[in-house]
Amino acid sequence: MRPKPHINRHYDGLLEELRRRVLEMGGFVEKQIADAIHALVERDSKEAELVIERDHIVNRMDVEIDEMCLNLLALHQPAARDLRFITTAMKINADLERAGDMAENICERAMELGQEPQLKPYVDLPRMARMAQEMLRDSLNSFVREDVELALKVCRDDDAVDALLEQIFRELISYMVEDPASISRAMRIIFVSKYLERVSDHATNIAEMVVFMVKGKSIRHLGEPPQEL
Amino acid sequence: MAGAVVPSRVVLEVADLSLWYGTSRALSQVSLEIPEKQVTAFIGPSGCGKSTLLRCFNRLNDLIDEVRIEGDILHEGESIYRPEVDVNSLRKRVGMVFQKSNPFPKSIYENVAYGCRIHGIKKKVDLDDIVEKSLTSAALWTEVKDRLHASALGLSGGQQQRLCIARAIAIEPEVMLLDEPCSALDPVATAKIEDLIHQLKESYTIVIVTHNMQQAARVSDQTAFMYLGELIETGDTRDIFTTPKNRQTEDYITGRFG
Repeated sequence: MRPKPHINRHYDGLLEELRRRVLEMGGFVEKQIADAIHALVERDSKEAELVIERDHIVNRMDVEIDEMCLNLLALHQPAARDLRFITTAMKINADLERAGDMAENICERAMELGQEPQLKPYVDLPRMARMAQEMLRDSLNSFVREDVELALKVCRDDDAVDALLEQIFRELISYMVEDPASISRAMRIIFVSKYLERVSDHATNIAEMVVFMVKGKSIRHLGEPPQEL
Repeated sequence: MAGAVVPSRVVLEVADLSLWYGTSRALSQVSLEIPEKQVTAFIGPSGCGKSTLLRCFNRLNDLIDEVRIEGDILHEGESIYRPEVDVNSLRKRVGMVFQKSNPFPKSIYENVAYGCRIHGIKKKVDLDDIVEKSLTSAALWTEVKDRLHASALGLSGGQQQRLCIARAIAIEPEVMLLDEPCSALDPVATAKIEDLIHQLKESYTIVIVTHNMQQAARVSDQTAFMYLGELIETGDTRDIFTTPKNRQTEDYITGRFG
């Protein structure tokens, strides 16, 4: 159920603007990750460079959203659901900025990998990227729709990404054991899979904060997402 | 929530209290416990009954004609509305400070000593001692110690309000009722009173009515939200301001009311 509007309509407008900006940043970061993986798979250094260049846009969004949140806290003394919304937006902002950095890191590894022959066709990595992106998208949708069920699904999805990381890790170990000349490339691919796993962790953080925002209950650091709230 | 308020002894208990002014009902079946040496804040829109409820604690509503009360208030487990209760001695134990500071048109010293004299303390050394202690407790001593015999009416608004608090403290009440104590004060004077409330709760149980929600958030341990004469929600202040359970409470404290 949507809350009633505030008596001060201007305040409503500012909160809506904050929601919109967080969503816009989320969409941008999601695209950065997709482009980074595309650059890696297609061995396209030019695209990788562009993604790295665009990271400053994410950084600028981070600073602006942070400022909006601080102003709202200082000038409107928010309470209850508004307070939880604004503090959640602040934390989501930080997670999105970090997720954006992961896209940048993927591109750095992609450019290094592009200078050597391809070790193996990428199969699991794009799959992992899709999962991480979907988690990020779902976590932001759960934020906008205040959808606790969707947020809990994101928390549960994290296990699948972790499992995939483990699988990629084992596969590349076997490459390295067989052929020490593959080590530098295999290590870089392992890094990329770790970056993607970090993206899914950021999505999970966002989802956990959404649960707090909606329910006022913290589910962080529980090990397992709760079955019910 | 982490660090929740330690359960404390109940000093005042409101039991199913209803109050009418003539035919209009101002309180509807309010039940609430006031814990010892904590600050309880009543918040709610104008006309919600918070001041009326506050005035029940020292039977100030008795002074108004056509007031009818059902239910009860227990102080230390005993009804304050029993016929044999001496209202003056009740008001000695349950002191009050009002929205508009109302010092007597006497000296600063006499304002504080007045209540003690009425209650039989005559010796000057004793009175001197009480005046100094009370003014110190009210964070006013250093500002007025050199002009104790000047008129209280020459003090600033914030000082007058602290003088009223000192006057209430002087007769050593158990409970202090504060009815919008800062609404006529500037932010600095308000901050001084709020700081004082934090100190006073070490010795007294405090109940405060305030229109300023941020003030309730800052000074109180327990917050009670009232609307249309009903107690809608009461709880740990931190919970009320971060995760209230009731929709109406949330609408009110987030500014969605009306």
